[in-house]
Amino acid sequence: MNEILSASVFIGPFLTLAAYVLAIEIRKKLRFGLFNQLLVAIIICIAVLVLLDIDYETYNQGARHINVLLTPATVCLAVPLYTQIEKLKKNFPAILIGILSGVLTSLGTVLLMAKIFGFSQQEYITFLPKSITTAIGMSVSEELGGYVAITVTSIIVTGVFGNIICEAILKLFGIRNRIAKGIAIGTSSHAIGTTRAMEIGEVEGAMSSLSIVVSGILTVILADIFVSLF
Amino acid sequence: MKYLKQLLIIITVSLMGELLHEMVPLPIPASIYGIAGMFILLYSGLLKVGQIRETANFLFEIMPVMFIPPAVGLIKSWDVLKTHWLSYLAVTLVSTILVMAVSGLVTQAVIGKGGSENE
Repeated sequence: MNEILSASVFIGPFLTLAAYVLAIEIRKKLRFGLFNQLLVAIIICIAVLVLLDIDYETYNQGARHINVLLTPATVCLAVPLYTQIEKLKKNFPAILIGILSGVLTSLGTVLLMAKIFGFSQQEYITFLPKSITTAIGMSVSEELGGYVAITVTSIIVTGVFGNIICEAILKLFGIRNRIAKGIAIGTSSHAIGTTRAMEIGEVEGAMSSLSIVVSGILTVILADIFVSLF
Repeated sequence: MKYLKQLLIIITVSLMGELLHEMVPLPIPASIYGIAGMFILLYSGLLKVGQIRETANFLFEIMPVMFIPPAVGLIKSWDVLKTHWLSYLAVTLVSTILVMAVSGLVTQAVIGKGGSENE
């Protein structure tokens, strides 16, 4: 199977797009709140690869080309940020304090749980940048001496989990303010969460985009201090 | 020409971001420089939202798809994870929920003091 399929670079993009469109269609039919199209698309792709015995490399040699558009897409997140500039200016202290509290919670929780589970120093460092965007998180992990591959895994799981769970969590904790919702999603689950925030609304999307940038930079600064606390 | 020009602008800013990332010795990725650059262009009025809107919206629509290939790649990480996967998963999920709750509640509380902006 691999020989035939690896002949075309489009097998990866085809499977990825088809799985995502199918997941959206299923969501429309089911109208089920907890249903998450990103998670379902990932499961469909994994199932197809396993059932048809296709190597991840065969899939990814084409699929990775989709990722070329990630930087241009991220750059465009400046658009909602700009259109919401008045809200940003007016609530600047709240936004900054909110993101900082989230970053400290992330680093503090990892510290506490690493102690409880008896992690090694290297394991602890691996999880410190788990809430921030992949590119920054990878370099933090590398710089401080973590297992970069596990950091990346944790970052992706964080993002997908945040994308799935955000609406339930926001409801559970009574977070109703649209700015606060965006900050909560972006600070906890970076760009993958932000794609969900963009679907919820423009204010949420803008604030979530801003949180990716600010929480990433704050984590770079604070992770150093947290390493010495272990 | 509309989409071509829009794409050219977005790719140019992305390129600038990558070049800055190469030149500046900080762990800041190209996309962050790119967001900052695009924001400055819009804020200064050098660029109007209308000059990139449709292409930006297209990129937003397909953005979730870009996370599928790396997530599918997790099936390859199992060997590295299998001994401690439960504690790793616990740290990842618990901290995500706590960060979301704390940052949302704190932001909402501080905005609440100023007394505006609910829904």
